[in-house]
Parts: sequence; C-alpha cells; structure tokens
Amino acid sequence: MSELGIVYALLGAAVAVLLSGTGSAIGVGIAGQAAAGVVTEDPSKFAKVLIIQLLPGTQGLYGLLIGFITLSKIGVLGGGLADLDVQTGLLILAACLPIGVVGLLSAIAQGKTAASAIGIVAKKPDQFGKAMLFPAMVETYAILALLISFLSVTGIQV
Amino acid sequence: MAVLRMQRITICALKKDRKAILEKLQHFGTLEVDHVIGEDEDFKKMDTAGRRMGFEKAAAAADQALDVLDRYAPEKKSMLAALEGKQLISPETERAVQQERRGLLKTARKIIDLDREHGEQLAQIRKLENVIESLTPWMALDVPMQRLETERTVMLPGTMPGGETTERIQELLEERAPEIAGADVHIISREQNSVCLAVLCLKEDEAAVEEALRSEGFARPSQMSGQVPRRQKEKLEAEIQECRRIAAELEEKIGELAAQRTKLRITADYYRVRADKYQVLGQLPQSERTFVISGYIPQCQASRVADHLSEHYDCEVEVEDLKPDEEAPVILKNNPFSSSMEGVVESYGLPAKGEIDPTTIMSFFYVFFFGMMLSDAAYGLIVAVVCGILVWKYPRMSPGMRKSLKLFFYCGISTVVWGVLFGGYFGNIVDIVTEKFTGKTITPPALWFVPLDEPMKLLLFSLLFGVIHLFTGLAIKGYLCIRDGKILDFFCDVVLWFLLLAGLLLMLLPSSLFASIAQMEIVFPEWLNTLAKTLAAAGAIGIVLMSGRSSRNPALRIALGAYDLYNITGWLSDVLSYSRLLALGLATGVIASVINQMGSMLPNNVIGILFFILIFIVGHSMNLAINLLGAYVHTNRLQFVEFFGKFYEGGGRPFHPFRENTKYTDIKEEKIS
Repeated sequence: MSELGIVYALLGAAVAVLLSGTGSAIGVGIAGQAAAGVVTEDPSKFAKVLIIQLLPGTQGLYGLLIGFITLSKIGVLGGGLADLDVQTGLLILAACLPIGVVGLLSAIAQGKTAASAIGIVAKKPDQFGKAMLFPAMVETYAILALLISFLSVTGIQV
Repeated sequence: MAVLRMQRITICALKKDRKAILEKLQHFGTLEVDHVIGEDEDFKKMDTAGRRMGFEKAAAAADQALDVLDRYAPEKKSMLAALEGKQLISPETERAVQQERRGLLKTARKIIDLDREHGEQLAQIRKLENVIESLTPWMALDVPMQRLETERTVMLPGTMPGGETTERIQELLEERAPEIAGADVHIISREQNSVCLAVLCLKEDEAAVEEALRSEGFARPSQMSGQVPRRQKEKLEAEIQECRRIAAELEEKIGELAAQRTKLRITADYYRVRADKYQVLGQLPQSERTFVISGYIPQCQASRVADHLSEHYDCEVEVEDLKPDEEAPVILKNNPFSSSMEGVVESYGLPAKGEIDPTTIMSFFYVFFFGMMLSDAAYGLIVAVVCGILVWKYPRMSPGMRKSLKLFFYCGISTVVWGVLFGGYFGNIVDIVTEKFTGKTITPPALWFVPLDEPMKLLLFSLLFGVIHLFTGLAIKGYLCIRDGKILDFFCDVVLWFLLLAGLLLMLLPSSLFASIAQMEIVFPEWLNTLAKTLAAAGAIGIVLMSGRSSRNPALRIALGAYDLYNITGWLSDVLSYSRLLALGLATGVIASVINQMGSMLPNNVIGILFFILIFIVGHSMNLAINLLGAYVHTNRLQFVEFFGKFYEGGGRPFHPFRENTKYTDIKEEKIS
C-alpha cells in the first residue's frame, strides 16, 4: 500500500491550492461587483477600489505557496517522486488543510468586508487608509493558517 | 516629531485696508479663520452670501467650459501628467487675465452654449434617423403614404403580423366582410415579425375592410407623410447632413476657443479664490470704520505675519497663546525622512489634544517592517529607482503624492537591504538561470540566512521585533503619563505591565517549549529564574489590585483587575500578529520561485528563451504589484492596530488655512516686499 502515500501528499497540495484559490476567486468576485458599481458612478476612483478588490486575492497565493512547497518536497517537480509511506502522505495532507480551509472561508469573508470597504471609498475617498484596514484584519487568520501549514510541511521528514 | 504649536492671532484694522489685508493673508495661507467674538451693537457681520454665490457660479461656469473643451479638443497628456502638478503662471499673465476676466467668462458661457447647441443637433440627428428607420419597410411603395384616394377608391396602408400572404388576406376579407365589392392587396415588404401592405378598396367599403383586417392585427403606420417614402427619405437624409454640418461647425468653433484654455483656468481659479475670500469676509465682525479678523496661526509664522501687517497697514495685531481648553488644528512637522510617513499617520487620524506625534518613531519601524515583508533585493531596487526618478523628475507634484512616493522610495531601499540579507533576487532567478544555461547552479549567498531553510529562526526574530515594537509603544504611553504628571497611571498601566511581560518572557526562554521551537536550549542561572517568577508575580498581583482603582467597591475592584489581567491574551495575539513578517516575506520569495520555475521548464532554444523572458516580465510584475500591496497594507496594520493601540488614539483636526485654494494653476511667487 505504500504507493498511496504519494497520492495523499499530492491530494494535500491539491486541497491547499483548490480551496484557497476558490475562496479567493469568490472573494475577489464579491469585491469586484462592488468595485464595478463604484466605477460606474465615478471612474476616477478606479485605482483605489481596484486595490481593495485585490485584497481577498492573497489567500489564493498562500495556497499556491503551500502547494508549490509540497510539490517540490515530494518530488513532483523536477522528477524523481519521493517514496512516501501512507503515514507521511497523510501527514502532508493534514499539513495542507489549515491554509486550504481557512483560506477558503477567510477569503469569502474578506471579500464581503472588502465590498463594504469599497462603499467607504465611494462615499469618503479620503478615508482610503482606514477602508483598506478592515479587509486586512480578516487576512490575519489566513496568514496564521499559512504559517502553520508552512511550518508543518517543511517540518515533515520525507 | 512634533505637532506645530498654534497661537491665536487677532488683527484689528481699518476698513479701507480690508481688501489688501485679506488678500495678503490669503496669499500667506497661514491662518485658519476662527472667530470667538459674536455680533454685538457695534460689530456686525456682513452678508456676502450673494456675491460669493456669484463668484462660485462663475468658477463653476469656467470649470464646465473647461470640461467641454477637454471633450472636443483634448489636450495631449502623458501617462504621468498627474504628477506634473499645477500649471505655473507668471504674475503678469495672471494680472492680464484678471483684466479681461469678464470677457473670458463670456467665452466660457459661449462654450457652454455651443456645447448645448451641439447636443441639440445630435438629438435632432437621432430623431431623424429613427424616422428613416420606420420608413425603410415602405421604400417599395411608390405613392405617398398619406390618405390617397381616387373618385371611387381609397388606399389603406398598414402593417400586419408576419406570415400573412396575399391569398390569406383575401380569404380573410371574404370571410369577415363578405359584403364588400372586393379589395386589392399588395404586399410591400416582409420582415421577420411584420408585413407592410397596401390595400385598395372602394370608398364605401373602407370601414368594413379595415375592421376585418384589424381583427387579424392590422395597424396603420405611425408615420404618415404626404410624400413618396423614397423621396421623403432623401429629404430626411439631406436634413441629417445639414445637422451634421452644423454640428461639425460647432465643434470647430469650440475647437477654436481651445486656445483660451489656460486663460479660462486662470479665470476659474481667480473666481474660486475670490469666493473663498468673500466667505471669510462674511465671518468678520465689522464696525463702521474697522474690522476684526481672528484665527489660528502656527507659532513659527506668527511674528512674520504680525510684523508684515503692522509695518504696512494701520492695524493692531495681537498674538496670544491658546487657552488650555481650546482644541487647536494640527499640522505635523518632522524631519525630511519621517515627514514622508505623515500621510500614513494622517490616514489613521491626527494627534488629538495632548497626544504626541508618533510619526518619527513610527517611520523607522515602518520602513524596517516594510522591507522585511517584501524582502527581495531586485524588487526593492525597482521600487526605489522608479519612485526616486519620479520624485526627482516632477518637482511640482502635489505634496501628498510626493510624500507617498518618498515613502515608497525609503521602503524600497529597506527592501534592498533585507533582500541582500536573505539572499532574494527575483526569488531564485540566479540559481535558475545559471543552472539552465551553464548546468551549474550558482546561489548568491545570503548575508544573514535564507528564510526558506530556517523558517523557525525567522519566526522567532519576527516575534522579537514585534516585542520591541510593542514595548516601544508601551514606553511612549509611559512617557505621556509622566509628562502629564499621572504618576499613578504610569506605575499601574505601564510599569506593572512591563514587570509582568518581562517576567513572563524570562520564564519562557529557558522552558522546553521555547527549546523545541528554537532548537536551542537556554539555561539561566537560578537567580534569574527566581527573578523572572518574582517579576511576573509582582506584575500580576499589582495589576489585579490596581487596575480597577477607579472603583471603590473592593470586590468590584479585584474583579476589574482580574479582567484586566486577561489582557495578557491581547498581548499574546499582538505578538503573534508579527508572524506576518515571516509569512509575507516567504510569499514573495516562493511565488517568485514559482514564476522562475515555470520559465525554466521551457526548452533551451530561441523561442523557449523568448517565452522565458515573457513569463519573467509578466510574472514578476504581478508578483511585485501584489506583494507591494500586501506589504503596504500589513505594515500599516502593524502600526495602526498593534503599535498605535498601545498609546495613540488620534482624532485631531487638520489645519485648514485661509489660502489661495486653486485647482489648475499656481502663481509664481513674487518677492514679498
């Protein structure tokens, strides 16, 4: 059954990228709807709302980061698959879960916050600095999850 | 690091100098008008609302005319035009334009009128085009559409739903109106959903025929004209041509006026400035012969303004310190490096009364953390060089923009330093390129260590920097307490917390938990361990006893103190929040490596290398952009939430001086005589 180890590990990389990427896509989408509304009224606010719209996009990048590190660790990149037993494979899968799940949910929540923050920019463009901060608050938890996923993946001996 | 000290200046002068003094003050732009004296029998305020409205309308008209000009004869602007700042005008030009301002205002109104006429012509064209469209199906009809009749017969033009044929209509007529003598049905054109037809019948049968047809959806055309459709279309097209010609002429006329653009801008600004002046004038208490103006002025400017005024005019100038309860407007004043971070502080909130300006202390942490989060030497270099060139090339850009660019310039330099320390140059581009083309991997050495290899080490350092940052914040709070003479607050809210936190830290360092994280064991001498426990215990007990000191009920007091001790979790989360320094730095480096890896997978030939370069440029631009945004947002967060949370609230009012608040132009500084 030792062939399954690598499958679990790759599943881990897939989960990290898949869930957090989905979350970011939804989050950026929600914020984008609000941003488009603001730009119809006032095209000069394009740059500001675009920046806020981008904020929920980072979870996808964090997922990519974990996925990439996992891939290079198990040797999918550059050939020479590592010989993993099932336990190690499952360990890697577990290590990928935090950024996957937290990335998915936090990106959606951040997208909603970003949409509201875009509302601030629409009415009070000079409060841009504060508006940007609210979505950034949500992101903290994605960063914490990223950290644990990263430390776990790098910590697992292959 | 300071908030400029404000004073109150009060000027009492003769009415004959009113215009001159007001204009001078507006030119200096150092006074925020704020009247403390109300109206009384002698001093009355003047009603200037009407005249101010007039000026505002004039300014708005000039603005609108400029908008129109921009639409018809847009100026060629480079992408960086926004950085060029306002147009610089010589005082002579300004005066010349002032002389002909009435004429220019007429020009502005003319431009607006021309634009309106142009709009009317366009609307007319649209209307005519609609008529032509509705005529199109009737083109094959070679008689006029209006009621056409001979002595005995009449023609009924109209439309019916699609799919009708001559035969079916004949059948329909026979069925529904069998009494008629007969009708001649001509299909003129056929479209998807409708058929245009003309039916000829005897005059006495007209009503019956129409009734029968109507039961199947027959309708008379909405546009009926006395002309043959083809002829009418030609006529309408000629009309459209005429409208187009007029519109083009109007456009040309507006285009000719585009030469007046600069003058119109000066006029708009002139009226704007006058409107401001009249607004101030309306606030001044005035007696029969004199007037009073009063307001805030920065201390460093006060004597200059006072001297200038009392030298040139008959007036009484009084400069005095503010009353203790007065809340003055705020201007920040910092060294050239830190002043570029003033925008960051402003976006949080200016220091309220009694707070210090945190800009200078924050600026060092800001640049330090920013560089650590971006942490790629090549990215840092790009940011620093681009911002440096822009600041240098466009000396007249708006001050806010200038500050932001300078901020990114310094942050870019810091990023270069961190990049060199961590060995990041476009991620791992040097490794990839050397391996791809020479077969041998060359890794530029990191001056300190590579975060990807030793993440725990960097995590510990991140938390350490966080602890330093937070303790600095707490120390500033302590300083403020001492400065305001609140010794008890200083002891209870600052010293006790310092004791507790320092004790806890010292207890943590030799523990097995720390050893497993840091992979190194720290052994303290016994006395230090005891000291740590004592400190922590003393701090904790002190906090429990003292935090609720405002409450007299001893039970409540202890409860409040215990609740305050719970804030220790707040400190824990604050410190952990600095782990983003590691996470964001890793994100930059790893994603850059992903891009490089993608490029290196291409074959080693010309096309492969071309695509490699393409991937390199596009990928790294995107990575730079998104990580720049991330570093900016999260550095701000660390300052606003973790650092400011310890000692700073903000809520000060920005200084809004009475000045020449222009939109398009700046007048070159004349030597002040």
